[in-house]
Amino acid sequence: MTQQDILAGFAEILDEIAGVPAADVTPEKNFQDDLDLDSLTMVEVATAAEDKFEVKIPDDDLKDLKTVQNAVDYVAKAGVAA
Amino acid sequence: MSPALLTRAPREAALLAVGEHRSAHELTNADLAARLDTSDEWIRRRTGIRTRRVAAPEESIVAMGVNAGAKALATAGVDPASVDLVILATCTAARPIPGLAPQVAEQLGARGAGAFDVNGGCAGFCYSLAMAADTVRAGSAETVLVVASERLTDWVDADDRSMVVLFGDGAGAAVVGAADVAASRAGTGAVGGPVGIGPVAWGHDGANAPVIEIREQFLQMQGTAVFRWATTSLVPVARRACELAGIEPADLAALVPHQANLRILESMARSLGAPDAVLARDVVDNGNTSAASVPLALARLVGSGEVESGDLALLFGFGAGLTYAGQVVRIP
Repeated sequence: MTQQDILAGFAEILDEIAGVPAADVTPEKNFQDDLDLDSLTMVEVATAAEDKFEVKIPDDDLKDLKTVQNAVDYVAKAGVAA
Repeated sequence: MSPALLTRAPREAALLAVGEHRSAHELTNADLAARLDTSDEWIRRRTGIRTRRVAAPEESIVAMGVNAGAKALATAGVDPASVDLVILATCTAARPIPGLAPQVAEQLGARGAGAFDVNGGCAGFCYSLAMAADTVRAGSAETVLVVASERLTDWVDADDRSMVVLFGDGAGAAVVGAADVAASRAGTGAVGGPVGIGPVAWGHDGANAPVIEIREQFLQMQGTAVFRWATTSLVPVARRACELAGIEPADLAALVPHQANLRILESMARSLGAPDAVLARDVVDNGNTSAASVPLALARLVGSGEVESGDLALLFGFGAGLTYAGQVVRIP
C-alpha cells in the first residue's frame, strides 16, 4: 500500500467519523489543532484505522501521532512489519 | 426456607418494577464553568453531559437506596415485609465495614430478608440482577429487591476538571419475582426471547484494574483506554447477552448501557446493530452514577413511556475492576 493509498484511507475514515472533508486531510495537518479532533475521536479514528489497514495502534503510540503524516508513516511502517 | 420452596418446579424470574431516587441538587455545566477552566460547549462535546445531581449530606447511600427501593416495591405492589433478599450494589461507600444492605433492608421494613452488598463497579447492578434472578429461579427467594446507590461525588476531586464533569450521585432499584410464564408467552409472542430476565453475559479484565481506580483518595480514570475498551471489546459481550436470550440485537426495543459518557453509548449502539432500539440517554441530565446508572436510566425510559411493558431491553454494565455484565430483560 502506498503512502497515497494510506492517506486516502485516512481521509475516508475522518470523513465518516468526524465529518472532515477529504480535501482538508493533507499530510501537514495537525489532528487536534487543524482538524479539531479530541482524544476520544482519535481513539475512534485509531480503531477504524486498525480495521481498515489491519494494524495495531495502541493508546501509547496513538498519543504521539500528532499530524496526518505521522499517522500515515505509522501505518506504512506497521504494515511492513506485519 | 419452607418445604414448599424445596420441592418447587424450575421457574423463571422477571422484573416486576423499578424505582429511582434523584437528588434535587443540580450541578450544571454553567456551575462548573464558573469555577473551573472549562465550558458548557467543551463538556457537552466530549461527554454529552448537560447537568448532574449531587447528593446532599443527608442523602446517604442508605437513604437514597431506601427511597428508590420503596418506590419500586410500591409500584410492584409488594409488601416490604415479604421481601426475601436485598442486594445493594455500591462501590462508593465511605467505609468497607459494615456493608450497607442490612440497613437498607431494615429501614424498608424487609425484616426477614437476607442482605448483602455487591461491589461490581459500574456493572454492580447487572451482576446483582443476575444473582437476584437466579435466586428466584432456584427457589431460594420469592421476591428480591436489587438496589444500586452511589455517591461518586464523595470520591471525585472537585478541582479535577477532567473528572468532576463526568460524575453524579443517585440510586435506582428493581423488584425481581417469579415470572408468570403463561401470561408472558401469551402477551408478547411476536418476538421470542426471555420470559423475564435473560441469562447474564459477564466477565472481567482484571489485568487492566488500574485503568479505573481510587488513588490517593480520589477516583482516577484513563479515559481513552476506557473508551476504546467499551466501544470495541465490549460490543461482542453485548451481542452474547442477546444470543443467550435467544434474540438478535435488532429485536431490542431499548438499549440501556451503563451511562458513562454519551459518546461511548452512541458508539456502542452503532456497533451493536439495533437500529430501532431507543438508546437510554440519562447521562445527559444525570452524569455517570456508576452502578446506579442502569436502573436510573431504565426507570426513566419506563416513566417516560418510551418503552412499553413486555418490550425487550438490553441492560449492560461495565466499569471499575474491570468488570462487565449484561442481560436482556422484559420491561415490567
